[in-house]
Amino acid sequence: MRGNPAAHEMIAPPTLSAVLELMASQPGQWTPIAGGTELMVAHAAGRLAAGRLVSLWGLSELRFIQSTPDTISIGAGTTFRDLRADRGIASSLPLVARASSWIGSIANQSRATIGGNLVNGSPAADSSPALLVYDAEVELISTRGSRRIPYAEFHTGYKLSVLEPDELLFAVHMPLRFQAHRQYLRKVGTRRAMAISKVALGATAMVVDGSITELRLAAASLAAFPTRLFGTEAALLGKRIAPRAIESAREALVAEARPIDDIRSTAEYRKRVGANLLEEFLLSLCSGETTE
Amino acid sequence: MSPLKATIRFIVNGERHTVAVEPIKRLLDVLREDLHLTGTKEGCGEGECGSCSVRMNGELVNSCLVPVLQAEGAEIQTVEGLASSGALHPLQQAFLACGGAQCGICTPGMLMAATQLLSLNPNPSQREIREGLAGNLCRCTGFTRIIESVIAAAAPPAGPARQASHAR
Repeated sequence: MRGNPAAHEMIAPPTLSAVLELMASQPGQWTPIAGGTELMVAHAAGRLAAGRLVSLWGLSELRFIQSTPDTISIGAGTTFRDLRADRGIASSLPLVARASSWIGSIANQSRATIGGNLVNGSPAADSSPALLVYDAEVELISTRGSRRIPYAEFHTGYKLSVLEPDELLFAVHMPLRFQAHRQYLRKVGTRRAMAISKVALGATAMVVDGSITELRLAAASLAAFPTRLFGTEAALLGKRIAPRAIESAREALVAEARPIDDIRSTAEYRKRVGANLLEEFLLSLCSGETTE
Repeated sequence: MSPLKATIRFIVNGERHTVAVEPIKRLLDVLREDLHLTGTKEGCGEGECGSCSVRMNGELVNSCLVPVLQAEGAEIQTVEGLASSGALHPLQQAFLACGGAQCGICTPGMLMAATQLLSLNPNPSQREIREGLAGNLCRCTGFTRIIESVIAAAAPPAGPARQASHAR
């Protein structure tokens, strides 16, 4: 069934504050739409439930990349093309640059925004594993003010988040303290471009004298939302990278993962490939390669 | 009776247009139905195939995913904007010469994606061409002739590299 354009209202307030006023006056009634790469697909298929949409596209207050010596802040309306083209992102947050390069195609990257990717809340969100292993924080705003929380606490369930009905995701703040860490990000899908992940794994780690002293692991499509793998991290912290440690880390990941069967893959496949990616990362720590 | 219609002004292939349409109406449908520019094709209608690719403010977009409200004030180029004064664009000539078009449904999108690529990178490698066109699906050619078409249309490298590429 085709979507009916006359069934949806859409407005484009000229400023961010006008959007926030609208959302405050009629909380929950207006669905924000940025680049439309998710909601317009639903509209075309006739399954867009939102009757009233408020456009965020073109709001300059949401489209920025700002650097300080210890943080890069990314506006929620920043597109993945913007992220790919930014030299600071490429040099300081290479996993974000890499994730941005494999989202959809050029035409999707020129419209899809980092805020949309996170608020949409897909378990397979391409930018999420990188943000999680870099300890990203998200800033949420409304007319009531703004608040910052760890991105790891943003998703609360399948397509659910802590966003209140009058709130918008404003920015993602990336601390720049991982330059000396070993970094890894790999996505497994049916093809290089235009593929929704079967599974993806990101990692940052410090290794001192052959032992893992600091570790962050995060996965897409291994749970109902993108998530850190705290149990697997705990199984590896302080361990030397040796066959036994790798084997128990694989077991920890398989025990911790909660993937599902769907049209793209099976839970069993996702667990095994997730464990394989983890092993690949751990072996790269021995061999001296920093990224996949 | 359409209380929901919005007046949208934009520039398509250098010409100013004003349309009164539902704001969520897809740019694709506005181009085809309201402006009668039917060169832009609909394939999947969900941003997967690239048949509806156009350039908007210098960026490649899938026009099936752009609500026309977000094209307000934009400069848009469609496949109809490639040829000038009756002469085909070099990419169009190359697609003809190299067999880059068969059934033709993907061709307008391929041409726009290739135009975008060459505007940023006049002499792309085959890998860069594959990435630039990765969002555009063709079910006829097997892609090889499309990639050859883009290579043929790209500016030849300057200086000694030009000799080398011709010798190949």
